[in-house]
Amino acid sequence: MELSESSRQEIDRLIATCRTRREAIVQVLEIVQRGQGYVGDEAVSYVANRLGVGRADVEDVLSFYPVYHRRPVGRFVVKVCRSLPCAHMGAARVVDHLSERLGVAVGQTGGDGRFTLLEVECLGACDRAPAMMINDDVFGPLTPERIDAILASLKDG
Amino acid sequence: MTVELTLLPAGTSADHPETLDAYQARGGYAAWRIALGRGDPQRVIDEVQRSGLRGRGGAGFPTARKWSFMPKDGHGPAFVCCNADESEPGTFKDRRLLEATPHQVLEGLLLACYAVRATCGYVFLRWEYPRAARAMQAAIDEATQIGLIGSDVLGTGYSVEVRLRKGAGTYISGEETGLLETTEGKRGWPRQKPPFPAARGLFGMPTTVNNVETLACVPVIVSEGGEAFAAIGLPGNTGPKLYCLSGCVRRPGLYEAPMTVTLRELILDDRFGGGVADGRPPKAVIPGGSSAPVLRAEEIDVPADFDHLQAAGSMLGSAGVMVLDDRTCMVRVAANACGFFDHESCGQCTPCREGVHWVRQILDRIESGRGRPGDADVAIDRLDAIAGQTICPFGEAVAWGVGSIIRKFREEFDEHIRLRGCPFPAWGFRSNGS
Repeated sequence: MELSESSRQEIDRLIATCRTRREAIVQVLEIVQRGQGYVGDEAVSYVANRLGVGRADVEDVLSFYPVYHRRPVGRFVVKVCRSLPCAHMGAARVVDHLSERLGVAVGQTGGDGRFTLLEVECLGACDRAPAMMINDDVFGPLTPERIDAILASLKDG
Repeated sequence: MTVELTLLPAGTSADHPETLDAYQARGGYAAWRIALGRGDPQRVIDEVQRSGLRGRGGAGFPTARKWSFMPKDGHGPAFVCCNADESEPGTFKDRRLLEATPHQVLEGLLLACYAVRATCGYVFLRWEYPRAARAMQAAIDEATQIGLIGSDVLGTGYSVEVRLRKGAGTYISGEETGLLETTEGKRGWPRQKPPFPAARGLFGMPTTVNNVETLACVPVIVSEGGEAFAAIGLPGNTGPKLYCLSGCVRRPGLYEAPMTVTLRELILDDRFGGGVADGRPPKAVIPGGSSAPVLRAEEIDVPADFDHLQAAGSMLGSAGVMVLDDRTCMVRVAANACGFFDHESCGQCTPCREGVHWVRQILDRIESGRGRPGDADVAIDRLDAIAGQTICPFGEAVAWGVGSIIRKFREEFDEHIRLRGCPFPAWGFRSNGS
């Protein structure tokens, strides 16, 4: 598993602020996923060894929290909010439109590895409903035209 | 310098986090210096007591009283957790505070730490707010650099650390003890209470958990005095309040008002929502996030404060005010809200895990035209079997929130079953019509 030097250093700094070995699991997994895009089996072993906890402790966390990806995802992870204010303002249409434009079904990653399309609960962007997140950025209120413009503006790399 | 009694100071925006210099230029960290200079943590609690501040996270518990539960003679570690796990549908106030004025939240956290003699403050921030995480980490670093955080702060002998921790996408981690479990690196399963966190909290040590907006109120209370804060609003419902306006309203957004403002004013007044979108009449309002019982349109002439909304059978909750117009299908609203809770139930307690899923299936069935006579009664019966039977208040949130929609709009549920379908328009793209 190729964890970058900066990720390793970030993990070291984090561990230094933790009171227990376990405490770091949730945070270290976030660093791993931010660096690698997902948390694979090798990463689970790495985290368990680095923290001195069991693999089962890491799996326990991974299986509870919905944000971790256990398989590779697209370079752009598109999360469409489906909670009430967004649903009311057309979230289902947002999903349909994205699915058609990207050629990707909800929960799937496209064959070219560019996009993963997900539905999620409240993003805390209800004033911009319907809203979505692409990687770290929030977009809304969305219309079909706005979605197309956003997709066209995404730059790989 | 007179500090403006507001949570949304002019010139601050989510696009540009307020820097340390800008914050100090408007009186920032004056309260922190005042409190440390007085050298008496109890005076911070007394000032907050005079302010009447009640928790802005949902329960409205008096903040000073919560702090007073912390041991006064402790010598070991003690903690304050800033609950920045805002995840209640309809709520986005804490995001704005964290992104725009992170130092104000941080100063509030430091004051809270000092008040309860904590050794470390934790900011527990939801995964979905990476921008807020960057802003808050930068604020912590800036404040640490100039000695406002660390050992022997400003030569007073008081030492305090602040650490940022991120959640991993679960609503339940915003529950007080779920937050503690996630911070400890475990599944976010809420704990049985007692013991309460003030006795045994994070890592088994005395801990206080306060909401972001609650903490953001504290600096101005300390610097301007509790009375100035208490002069806004009515007794028991004091201070400036943030309202998150969403749904079928012309100008959705975050608005600040004294809690004397009514729901109708928030929705219709030009200073706030500016009216229902497309000029439609309102049908219902959910005043405090998905956990808050719904109010019918004829019930919205009520001050949006803790006590009046409770008397009206609902709650201020997270102040996520969701406006639903006359074309809104309330069965769909209930099914969507229940779908959220079904997704977010942590699975620890059987009545919640099984009951919420069961009710969701019933509601989906009714909405899609496959409802059976008696379904609405079964849904209410199952919801009632959840309330009071779970470790954490999630059970009541579903039972009261979703249950209120079925009870108050029962005729729509019965009509769906009779018609074998939904008579309302689908939810498509729509603008707010502003």
